Amino acid sequence: MASFTSKYADELIANAAYIGTPGKGILAADESTGTIGKRLSSINVENVESNRRALRELLFTTPGALPCLSGVILFEETLYQKSSNGTPFVDILKEGGVLPGIKVDKGTVELPGTNGETTTQGLDGLGERCKKYYDAGARFAKWRAVLKIGQNEPSELAIHENAYGLARYAAICQENGLVPIVEPEILVDGSHDIQKCAEVTERVLAACYKALSDHHVMLEGTLLKPNMVTPGSESGKVAPEVVAEYTVRALQRTVPAAVPAVVFLSGGQSEEEATRNLNAMNRLKTKKPWSLSFSFGRALQQSTLKTWGGKEENVKKAQEAFLVRCKANSEATLGAYKGDAQLGEGAAESLHVKDYKY
Amino acid sequence: MSAFVGKYADELIKTAKYIATPGKGILAADESTGTIGKRFSSINVENIESNRQALRELLFTSPGALPCLSGVILFEETLYQKTSDGKPFVEFLQENGVIPGIKVDKGVVDLAGTNGETTTQGLDSLDARCQEYYKAGARFAKWRAVLKIGATEPSELSIQENAKGLARYAIICQENGLVPIVEPEVLTDGSHDIKKCAAVTETVLSAVYKALNDHHVLLEGTLLKPNMVTPGSDSAKVAPEVIAEYTVNALRRTVPPAVPGIVFLSGGQSEEEATQNLNAMNKLDLLKPWTLTFSFGRALQQSTLKAWGGKKENVAKAQATFLVRCKANSDATLGKYITGASGDSAASESLFVKGYSY
Repeated sequence: MASFTSKYADELIANAAYIGTPGKGILAADESTGTIGKRLSSINVENVESNRRALRELLFTTPGALPCLSGVILFEETLYQKSSNGTPFVDILKEGGVLPGIKVDKGTVELPGTNGETTTQGLDGLGERCKKYYDAGARFAKWRAVLKIGQNEPSELAIHENAYGLARYAAICQENGLVPIVEPEILVDGSHDIQKCAEVTERVLAACYKALSDHHVMLEGTLLKPNMVTPGSESGKVAPEVVAEYTVRALQRTVPAAVPAVVFLSGGQSEEEATRNLNAMNRLKTKKPWSLSFSFGRALQQSTLKTWGGKEENVKKAQEAFLVRCKANSEATLGAYKGDAQLGEGAAESLHVKDYKY
Repeated sequence: MSAFVGKYADELIKTAKYIATPGKGILAADESTGTIGKRFSSINVENIESNRQALRELLFTSPGALPCLSGVILFEETLYQKTSDGKPFVEFLQENGVIPGIKVDKGVVDLAGTNGETTTQGLDSLDARCQEYYKAGARFAKWRAVLKIGATEPSELSIQENAKGLARYAIICQENGLVPIVEPEVLTDGSHDIKKCAAVTETVLSAVYKALNDHHVLLEGTLLKPNMVTPGSDSAKVAPEVIAEYTVNALRRTVPPAVPGIVFLSGGQSEEEATQNLNAMNKLDLLKPWTLTFSFGRALQQSTLKAWGGKKENVAKAQATFLVRCKANSDATLGKYITGASGDSAASESLFVKGYSY
């Protein structure tokens, strides 16, 4: 019955609302060591701790960037790292009005008997880990569930397992003062049309909110991180206004008004695509009781990474590229993006990688 | 999967939106023959067809009343009745901008093995019946599911059965051009507090919307008729502002924004109570993505019935009384009702009947 009352209730509500502040959004910088390795190798940079630290410092100290952000999702290693002058990253973010968040899931594993469908692990000892992260300064968490569209997918089993995993994770986070970002990503892979994506997204989100209700999660202290509703990666593209219409309608049909904000993932979209789609949603004249913002990883960092190339002498230029994307997305949350962002190297490049694994 | 979009989709959306027009609401005049008999006996009127016709004519022809209404729910007999100068009620209502609706459920039956919990019947041949009603001029329908609060109630079985019954009814209506009013009434009977009512209401509504999604119901073409969230009938009353807060929060946590309007049932509340509570909800400074209006039976007709007493010479007086309640509730949907504007003592009389059966 109803939500349980965590001792952190007021704080959770305030933090979730803050993250949804119009004009701000989330930088997803929580790439695991393995995943960041792929990014670094694409720009010929060695995957060592100092480089991982240098990249995040580049991002967090970009002049003018933090005001565009309400939160940054970190990987565990980064939560405990410092800038080159010894200031903990967590402090830099807090001083800049940005809430530190932490990825808490432990990746996906296959569901036997399905056609490559997965569930997400990470519940064991999650309570203790959340406490530790809260003590280290984190105020929100993220857990990524993954579903795919296929002939018989997503199956009822995959939907149920992932929805209830998300709900359990969310309840544990709230018990420990972390706002749970609920992320049920439906992969863009496939040749299906936008209607199919809409159908599946609505079905998955309905299951998520039923599970959250069953687990007594307080919706006012959560955020949703869904995929936008788009055609499959192998289908023809559609205009941002079409993506906006289908996406917002899917949310209207499934996401209760108590949820303060929806922070979209970018999936395989290019930086520019993701920004334009978000902008179109915020321009759409229809009922939107939650704010619509971003939680972008690749779609915020792609051109920045390329510009940096791991070289100290490129830091300034890379930071400028990063600021361009931050500002563009900040404007997009207000429906004010004019599409005139100086496109950095690769900003229009698709970031889709088939069957992408974080 | 997503919503079923049949040939009536646009009409359903338009009708549902119209019924939810701010300033208007629904008169529930769908008392079955048995139920209207109880009302009549309380004012010493014989339960014969001509009296049932006379009462409904009194209500529908009240000068100034119809502009306060967007719909009237009828019992089957009334759907085919006429005014005394021979005009079908249905036509009369339509000409005055009021949409005729029809009660389609066939009452409740006990769920064996439970502690007096029930499910609602009426699905057999519902498809054919809806077609007949549409031909006769009905454009919306109503089905009442009933749940109760107790030590172990509502049970998971009762919640599931009632939610699924509502969903199945709803989709059949939509296939046949009728906007389904989804009514999951949680009875006020009991000594529980308002928090318990809120918890149960949220659990029930969450199950209802999951079921509607499973059955591919087009939410934009539905209305919700819930109970307000109040303390149990054996508990102390609370202020309208408190009822408003708990009720609106329960709805924000469960009712997707795609639903255009919420039309409250009055349960056992007095006419004045029901109006004040509705008014408080509309004054509440909290984001509400659906309109909040009324679908009142007893709370619109009680004092009118008493004023009429079955006598022709009382009709004008009774109609004036009816207009007072219509206007009061119309104002309440706009948050503009001024308490005590209508001073009838009958208006303050509780209409609570323990274990009320329609």
